[in-house]
Amino acid sequence: MEHYISLLLKAIFIENMALAFFLGMCTFLAISKKIEAATGLGIAVVVVLTLTVPVNNLIYNNILREGALSWAGLPDVDLSFLGLITYIGVIAAIVQIMEMILDKYIPALYSALGVFLPLITVNCAIMGAALFMVERDYTFSESVVYGFGAGVGWALAIIALAGIREKLKYSDVPDGLRGLGITFITVGLMSLGFMSFSGISL
Amino acid sequence: MAEVTAKQVLFEPIFSNNPIGLQILGICSALAVTTSMNVTIVMCLSVIAVTAFSNLAVSLVRTQIPNSIRIIVQMTIIASLVIVVDQILKAYAYEISKQLSVFVGLIITNCIVMGRAEGFAMKNGPWLSFLDGVGNGMGYSIMLLFVAFFRELLGAGSLFGVTLLSPVNEGGWYITNGLLLLPPSAFFIIGLAIWGLRAWMPEQVEEPDYKMSRHTHKEAF
Repeated sequence: MEHYISLLLKAIFIENMALAFFLGMCTFLAISKKIEAATGLGIAVVVVLTLTVPVNNLIYNNILREGALSWAGLPDVDLSFLGLITYIGVIAAIVQIMEMILDKYIPALYSALGVFLPLITVNCAIMGAALFMVERDYTFSESVVYGFGAGVGWALAIIALAGIREKLKYSDVPDGLRGLGITFITVGLMSLGFMSFSGISL
Repeated sequence: MAEVTAKQVLFEPIFSNNPIGLQILGICSALAVTTSMNVTIVMCLSVIAVTAFSNLAVSLVRTQIPNSIRIIVQMTIIASLVIVVDQILKAYAYEISKQLSVFVGLIITNCIVMGRAEGFAMKNGPWLSFLDGVGNGMGYSIMLLFVAFFRELLGAGSLFGVTLLSPVNEGGWYITNGLLLLPPSAFFIIGLAIWGLRAWMPEQVEEPDYKMSRHTHKEAF
């Protein structure tokens, strides 16, 4: 149990997807002007990550990994080079299915997340989490925890940034720095703050 | 879009319509690979190759793709190209491909590739699309190399792994700035680079969301 808690905290704070690995930056910068939008996107990312990382983990361990196909009588087959295309396919498919399910059963949530769901397919944080999961060789239960933690960390970062940007709107920023420039600097400062977690060993 | 020449398509993205500086595309996988020039150059070449060939491929099949499934078709083309790049790197530059770790795979979700395929290659011929891919790849590379140049020079006192400023802990005089090897510095450098770019080309400055009205009341003493 302790192992999972430390993995969770590590994924949320120390290895924050957005602020330590720069993943999902495009959406992170583009959709962080309003807190409501950022919250919606954040929740969508948590849900999608919690689903896709474990599913990709199952696929990797049971089909793609070297020797994983021995149950089918093919012990020498190594399909891991197909990894990239499989993960992106799985992510796109899960996002699509989620969209349909939400549309049918929870229309309120669907309309709240609406625009953000398709955007998530091309969010590097989702793909990045899948690749980190493979690189670090997580087991199935670890991948569930990791997916959830990575999502929460990302959501936390984008909501915090949106909060800062809403205030920043009223400040008098030098011309060339206005908009994107100052956002980068703000994210840099936030990232500096999150660096302070890196000394913590769990 | 008016008549576009090959030269425009190739050079416009480098400064006047830089993918990172103006279009906010492809920042995702960019920042983590800029701690040393060697790694950055490999990353840049991979991105240029993928953007150029994905644009070419998408443009070649653009009339055959049904509109409703175009995203997934583009995705498949891009993913296949990235797999090729990944395998080549693993075969010929194993050390660097280890350092790039997941970021080669993340070229798939790099918005530049997707954005150019969707925004340019779907509407233009193969040759122009290819050039547009090269141009945007180069715009991305310039920004990345700029960041990597400062991070490696000031952070480790070297360029391309060759020591230029001999650091203190090896008996030299230069006190290395460790901050520049950490993630936050990349944000600062890009932020400042954007400032520089916009000071040079004022037409890129964004409109303020909110204007302070002029101070009209006299201060009451």
